[in-house]
Amino acid sequence: MSVSPPPRPAQEDPAFHGLTPDEYQRVVEILGRAPNVTEMGIFGVMWSEHCSYKTSKIHLKKLPTQSERVLVGPGENAGIIDIGGGWAIAFKIESHNHPSFIEPFQGAATGVGGILRDIFTMGARPIAVLDALRFGPLTAKEAGSETVAARNRRIVQGVVSGIAHYGNCFGVPTVGGECMFDASYSGNPLVNVFALGVFQHDEIFFGKATGVGNPVIYVGAKTGRDGIKGAAMASEVFKEDSKSKRPNVQVGDPFMEKLLLEACLEAMKTGAIVGIQDMGAAGLTCSTCEMGSRAGTGIEIELMKVPQRETGMTPYEMMLSESQERMLLVAEKGREQEVFDVFTKWGLDASTIGEVTGDGKLRVRHNGEVVAEIPNRELADEAPQYKRPYDVAAHRSAPLDAPALAAPPESFNAALTTLMSSADLCSKRWIWQQYDYQVRTNTLAGPGADAAVVRIKETGTSVAMAVDGNGRWCMLDPREGAKHMVAECCRNLATVGAQPVAATNNLNFANPERPEIMRQLVEAVEGMGEACAFFETPITGGNVSLYNETHDEDDPAVSVPIFPTPVLGIVGVMTTTEPVGIAFRAAGRSLVLVGGLGSTDAQRFGSSQYARQVLGAVWGLPPALDMDYEKRVHEAVREIVTSGLSESAHDLSDGGLAAALAESSFGAGVGAEVALSSDMRDDFVLFHEGPSRVLVSTTSPEAVQAIAARLHVQATLIGSTVASQLTLRHNGRLLADVKVEELRGDWESALPNLLSN
Amino acid sequence: MKVGVVVFPGSNCDHDAWYAITANCGHQAEFIWHASQSLNNLDAIWLPGGFSYGDYLRCGAIAKFSPVLKSVRQFAQEGGLVIGVCNGFQILTESGLLPGALVRNRGLKFICRDEALVTATAESPFTATLEKGSVLHMPIAHGEGCYVADERTLDELEAEDRVVFRYANNPNGSLRDIAGILNKERNVLGMMPHPERAMDPLMGSTGGLGIVRSMAAAIEAGAILS
Repeated sequence: MSVSPPPRPAQEDPAFHGLTPDEYQRVVEILGRAPNVTEMGIFGVMWSEHCSYKTSKIHLKKLPTQSERVLVGPGENAGIIDIGGGWAIAFKIESHNHPSFIEPFQGAATGVGGILRDIFTMGARPIAVLDALRFGPLTAKEAGSETVAARNRRIVQGVVSGIAHYGNCFGVPTVGGECMFDASYSGNPLVNVFALGVFQHDEIFFGKATGVGNPVIYVGAKTGRDGIKGAAMASEVFKEDSKSKRPNVQVGDPFMEKLLLEACLEAMKTGAIVGIQDMGAAGLTCSTCEMGSRAGTGIEIELMKVPQRETGMTPYEMMLSESQERMLLVAEKGREQEVFDVFTKWGLDASTIGEVTGDGKLRVRHNGEVVAEIPNRELADEAPQYKRPYDVAAHRSAPLDAPALAAPPESFNAALTTLMSSADLCSKRWIWQQYDYQVRTNTLAGPGADAAVVRIKETGTSVAMAVDGNGRWCMLDPREGAKHMVAECCRNLATVGAQPVAATNNLNFANPERPEIMRQLVEAVEGMGEACAFFETPITGGNVSLYNETHDEDDPAVSVPIFPTPVLGIVGVMTTTEPVGIAFRAAGRSLVLVGGLGSTDAQRFGSSQYARQVLGAVWGLPPALDMDYEKRVHEAVREIVTSGLSESAHDLSDGGLAAALAESSFGAGVGAEVALSSDMRDDFVLFHEGPSRVLVSTTSPEAVQAIAARLHVQATLIGSTVASQLTLRHNGRLLADVKVEELRGDWESALPNLLSN
Repeated sequence: MKVGVVVFPGSNCDHDAWYAITANCGHQAEFIWHASQSLNNLDAIWLPGGFSYGDYLRCGAIAKFSPVLKSVRQFAQEGGLVIGVCNGFQILTESGLLPGALVRNRGLKFICRDEALVTATAESPFTATLEKGSVLHMPIAHGEGCYVADERTLDELEAEDRVVFRYANNPNGSLRDIAGILNKERNVLGMMPHPERAMDPLMGSTGGLGIVRSMAAAIEAGAILS
């Protein structure tokens, strides 16, 4: 009789922790010995794509990160920008894509919670949230099957409720965002949350564990088994068994977070706190080694002192738990009590779990026994970096050449209705009405505006913000698509009269180990870098979310990648005043298209929403972009708006001129009578999405045109506002004639109808 | 006028109320911590919106046991002006200072939007400077704002002219379109809409100013408390 050896426990396999054989070898070299299971777990999460940026790091270096206003750039929990008068803003965007697919409500809720902690861990009080969402189609026809469509609808409902639940209770207004749909997001929705906070220069805190001998204090919620290895999960392609990873999704408690916010800001005021960092991805592991690494110190902790809400947790589980609403702080030795007093007042746990040491190592004890001992710097900052190959063309899922186009129809009334009631263009009121967008009474321009504007009561300045991404265009040309994204964000800010000053990015891509996907990433980052440098909006931080692809449910050999979807969150400043909105206010105003009618051709028209929603096909390339002209358009619009010359301003984007006219009509029910003349086809002139164009309504068209002329920008008088009817003519022919009220009805009811199927 | 703005753990409209009372209306305000029982030298109490104690169990259900509520109850019994907005209204019904209850919105979703309110009575210290029938615009922002009570209570509220505001376009299913009510003695007001968000022209509406003006006038006239 032969006895086979017992099977090796899965946890002893480096692959279980996401470590490749080469990475495992590197771990052995760093430690000078073989790692134990806890150490492998720690290396596994810290060296995961999510935490280490090992694929994107060499390319992220191409992004501009500095300007006179940048107080803190990438590498901290959030970027910080000077806004004058001794005040500053901290902001960042972050994704919670994978968890939101597995458990939409909690996935999205904890996404909001995570980014809010990133802001207040720096000392800033969060004053605004925006979100960029991508979902699969809501109808069986577009989704491929009713099963998939129904799941997509459930994900939308869950994600929106989750964001509302967390943000509303925490008391931060969700003031804007965007939401688009495509089949490539069916198995991989994107939930990117941007948050911004405000504080004074002398209130800034960093995640640094300085001062050997200083106590390391754990505050906030107790540690449980939830979210273990969440960061590692976010670094894998989804497979059929992904839903079994539901336990990897964290559970959020916004009330706890609200208490944590107030307690942290109050404790910071005591002067007893030396450094502070939230426990987000990779929890206790990440916060300890990053704080130590930034300060060049070591940290020693005793796990038995960590507040726990379950019994029998192993060191591995405690170090990798992603339980929410926890922070780690380092206090000045001898002043612990001042910190404890504040947390006691707010009813929160606070416990000294260790101290700062001089040996540069993360030493974890459990009941006195050392269960992990790893050099902080190697763990936090020296993850292997990969130069993944990308010497192929970028992946694209649409043809380059234009199909033979049928002649444009006689009337565009039906096409306009189809377009305005499509999921991408329709009113998103169903979403944003569930968000408290006014709490804190600072929201001067909220959801539905081109840019959100939030005032800072103490300074007389306001912050304008927009988030934008265009996955379809990036799929057609990642470099140009990314440039367009930056241009549109800056254009959004110009329409409210704000000067863009900085940006944060979220890079959502599929599996970078596929060269055709890696190529998308590289091209998009380079395009974004070029445009951000040109528009003088340094990137002060952000997030990378890779492996956003899912194996086909019917055929596991087929993997569906998302559209390459970089998302930009942009921030601008302006003097506090009532911002100009997108809505026409009264009949009898002149309509001026600043930037001119633009141009397109059959190939570039294939990237438009009209091609997609009305013609049912996508092809070709994004519109041509002249960044120099674009910038002059921004300057012109900013001057027009801030000098009070326009009653409304709205940038042209999805759906082109016709959609912009319709959207500006909806606000007050004031219509427009427009007569265009050009050598373009009728459908091209109405719906092409050429950039660098802003629609303004004004009582002083000559003054508007004079400003444009001075900046060498076209400003075409295209018609005037009228009561209640939208009438569009081209070269003398009537193309569309619709009642604003009827079109608005279709536009408003589209999303609730799509979701109620 | 000096208004005490109560701060519960989870209150998030406390600063908004404070700012509206001081910066927009020119009165004094101070924060009252939930563990405090001292309401000295105050002319009125403002229970702000938010999620007191996380709204665990039910909205306002835990707040009614807080130390400060004992004092608020006494303050009200002695004739002091108490206004509860949103979560503050929920706390007032939970603690029995006002009848009825606030349950989940018809449609089961949180709603944030501007609403038109019809002033249903000017016979109160909160609306005395307003015209009966006048329309005020101010935002709502709640998930549990559907006012319910039994028929007898509703009849009584109407018979005693204790309905202060009604929705012009009922957003949440509230019975008889009720947006705000008074206690029998008319010195305690609960309302779901947010007047503190409608006191600054920059915020798009000043429909809330009349409420604070009325309160200040009532206190000035010495009609309230000693």
